[in-house]
Amino acid sequence: MSDTPRATYLPEGLPIPVPENDGLSAPYWAGLQQNRLLVQCCPHCATWQFGPEWLCHHCHSFDVEWTEIEPRGRIFSWERVWSPSHDALRGRGPYLAVLVELPHAGHVRMVGNLLGDPLQTINIGTDVQGVFEHHHDSMPRYSLLHWQTTG
Amino acid sequence: MTARATGERTLRGRVAVVGIGETDYYRHGASPDSEFKLALKAILAACNDAGLDPREIDGFSSYSDDRSDAARLAAALGVRRLSTTTMQWGGGGGGCCAAVANAAASIVAGLADCVVVFRSLAQGQYGRFGQAGGIGTISGERAYLMPYGVLAPPQRFAMRVRRYMHEHGVRQEAMQAIALASYHHAQSNPRAVMFGKPLDPEKYNASRWIAEPFHLFDCCMENDGAAAIILVPEGRAGDFRNKPAYILGAATGAGYRSGTIPHNSPQYASASFGTLAPALYRMARISPAEVDVVQSYENFTGGVVMALAEHGFFKPEEANDFLVLDNLIAPSGRLPLNTSGGNLAECYMHGFELVIEAVRQIRGQSVNQVTRNDVAMVIGGPMVTPASNLLLGSGATL
Repeated sequence: MSDTPRATYLPEGLPIPVPENDGLSAPYWAGLQQNRLLVQCCPHCATWQFGPEWLCHHCHSFDVEWTEIEPRGRIFSWERVWSPSHDALRGRGPYLAVLVELPHAGHVRMVGNLLGDPLQTINIGTDVQGVFEHHHDSMPRYSLLHWQTTG
Repeated sequence: MTARATGERTLRGRVAVVGIGETDYYRHGASPDSEFKLALKAILAACNDAGLDPREIDGFSSYSDDRSDAARLAAALGVRRLSTTTMQWGGGGGGCCAAVANAAASIVAGLADCVVVFRSLAQGQYGRFGQAGGIGTISGERAYLMPYGVLAPPQRFAMRVRRYMHEHGVRQEAMQAIALASYHHAQSNPRAVMFGKPLDPEKYNASRWIAEPFHLFDCCMENDGAAAIILVPEGRAGDFRNKPAYILGAATGAGYRSGTIPHNSPQYASASFGTLAPALYRMARISPAEVDVVQSYENFTGGVVMALAEHGFFKPEEANDFLVLDNLIAPSGRLPLNTSGGNLAECYMHGFELVIEAVRQIRGQSVNQVTRNDVAMVIGGPMVTPASNLLLGSGATL
């Protein structure tokens, strides 16, 4: 994995992700800034879950642990967006969003952008690798996780 | 033996819709009236339709965090005695049938005697659903989506529909047929915002992509207006001007962990009716073959495909064969669908226009009246959690 070669996939100006007031997702967002993908796993019953919650949905333990996993997976679904629904995206289309499932983490899914040609042919099931995108100059700072095909 | 005698917990036959009302329907931002005034107008229209003194209303029920507050409505209308005030959790149109069910449950439980169910929307006053501006930072579900350009509803639902198409081999033409049916019916409906604006396959195919697999015509409109219905106990159903439409059944909710964010529902390629459809049919004691006409909430046409399949009208693998225009139109298609034009072509009143159209069909007052009209279904909010559904019937079904 590496930092994306161009500045950012989508222009600056979109809403900036921050943890909730109660801090539930803070480890996830902090992890992305360190090129680490963290997902909750229950140490008692080995259940994975994403998005995060305060307890394990399977055994109801409150000891769910943030666990670092490899940012790789396969495309579960996708969309090519043509119509801008935010001022920051005017003139930017089309762009690709993908839903990626992570079989090595209980098949949890994550939404990101698919790097590369926005008009590329996409096949559900294709293997993808995560790419961290850092918005260091943003206030507040944040990082995203995008995907690119490995085939 | 009656449900009351057996102690059966049911809404079947216990509550009747005796009044329907709506304002003029406008393009988004075009209403000359404020949202609250629209709500008042729709409620008064429903009372007038029923022949009911509005002061006799004793309950209010709505959904999607409707901003027209029940206490203010009661004060404005001079309601003599306020009883139930229920708000269905969840956004979008997922609550359009649940709000009816909640009102009916209040009546059956003896908490209220005359409940108005309504939805009011003025997007010029309060902003559009399809645009996401003015947000600095974001947390919770949308934090996992918005920074990736998954902002507005078309982008939030396109991947769910794409997955469904992939799993079941559903083609674009199946979604197109749903859009064509809505526009076909709207051409006979002077209330419809798209009245006089017909759609054909060429126009559909030539329309711009919003987010693949959604063309422009796969997406609902955004509108201003308000709509309301009046519910009373079955025993009072004969006291009003119009033929009553009885509630045969309703269900609300979703399946196991359906609300898992972001896009982590176990049954992802689903409209959320896996548990609701059997519950609805069970309460109503109706099978899919006995349903005469369906109003199915179109946030996006793909959600209608899923919702109809989950309600047993066809198997997902049969969607391409079943979903052709001739099957979906009044008066006598196999399954007349969205006979007023619905969210796509009549008005996006968050599905409440669909509830009103179902009542019209039971009464025999639709501009696209179906031949068989004893059982009318409404399906609310496909792909959201909670979703809801509703079956209405004529007196002959009781």
